[in-house]
Amino acid sequence: MLAALIIVFREVFEAGLIVGIVMAVTRAVPRRTLWVSGGIVGGLAGACLVALFAEVLSRAFAGSGQELFNAAILAVAVVMLTWHNVWMARHGRELAAEMRAAGEAVAAGRSSLGALAIVVAVAVLREGSEVVLFLYGILASEGSSGASVFAGGVAGLVLGAAVCALTYFGLLHIPGRHLFAVTSLMIAFLAAGMASQAVAFLAQADVLTALGNTVWDTSWLLSDASILGKALHTLIGYTDQPTAMQLIVYLATLGATFVLMRLFAPPSPRERPLAAE
Amino acid sequence: MLSVRGLLGLVIVALFCVGAPVRAEQYAATVEIAVKDKKFDPAEIKAPADKRIVIHVVNRDGIAMEFESSTLKVEKVVAANSEAIVRVGPLKPGKYEFFDDFNQKNRGTLIVE
Repeated sequence: MLAALIIVFREVFEAGLIVGIVMAVTRAVPRRTLWVSGGIVGGLAGACLVALFAEVLSRAFAGSGQELFNAAILAVAVVMLTWHNVWMARHGRELAAEMRAAGEAVAAGRSSLGALAIVVAVAVLREGSEVVLFLYGILASEGSSGASVFAGGVAGLVLGAAVCALTYFGLLHIPGRHLFAVTSLMIAFLAAGMASQAVAFLAQADVLTALGNTVWDTSWLLSDASILGKALHTLIGYTDQPTAMQLIVYLATLGATFVLMRLFAPPSPRERPLAAE
Repeated sequence: MLSVRGLLGLVIVALFCVGAPVRAEQYAATVEIAVKDKKFDPAEIKAPADKRIVIHVVNRDGIAMEFESSTLKVEKVVAANSEAIVRVGPLKPGKYEFFDDFNQKNRGTLIVE
């Protein structure tokens, strides 16, 4: 039972962190709960589908279907996260300033919420399909003796939800005026980490094998398998043996995000024509 | 303003462009490994150095497994009673550990020489 708890918890952990961050980012946006839960439900449904068709997926693209699929949904998440950051750089201030043009802000906020809901769905889908496969296998093969293992799995899920709640309430402690800067930074690192993960999957699929040499090995210091390593893996994309290509894509994603945020940021108040008060 | 849907479309198109992967299979060495009764069989596999290595993982158990290794940089779920292909390398000579992430007592080694 404990083994199952640990396995499921490790899978759910990443999704929990991401959902927690998204909840904190969108705390001022009306009806965000609906969107986030929509993302979770959509992700779960997708996870069941992926688990159901695991074999077909695995055989697709000369045996690289799973890797290409993972890389593709990670790429979607990276684009959505970056887009959200750019959007927030443009509209975040208006949104925070009590939503004067309430109708407009809500409509625009919803468009960014859609992007974040997709991010949530992708996180749940990726981790969820493994949990579904794992738990289903146990139920199917071990029958009634699988029940306690299954209970362990459910306990793991509950713990994952606790991680989500902890992340959320932890982030809420950040004073409102800093929250935007902190979450933008977190989302930028989240996106960069996902981009470098996508590179790893593309290398596995034989699509992107260039610059595949390992740049450093810090597994003696902080292993990917440890819970801290896993947390940092999700939050900032830490990996104990990155390849040169992963590093390049990681830095490029971070750089692109900050350049885009600057490009799309509203002109500073001094340059802005006086708005009709 | 770009819409979420438009962006999704862009991503999908981009992915199709990177698709049609160049296969290096003809230059690669193939090794087979099975999982039976929650154990790798054989627990030790060998492959040549400086070559792309294709590991054919056959899961004979009625339960899913995940072939994983941080030194080999792979994680791949293999459904119950099915097969999967894992590509690694090119690698320097040495020992590389891998394990079943769903059952971490099950470990094996890839010896590259």
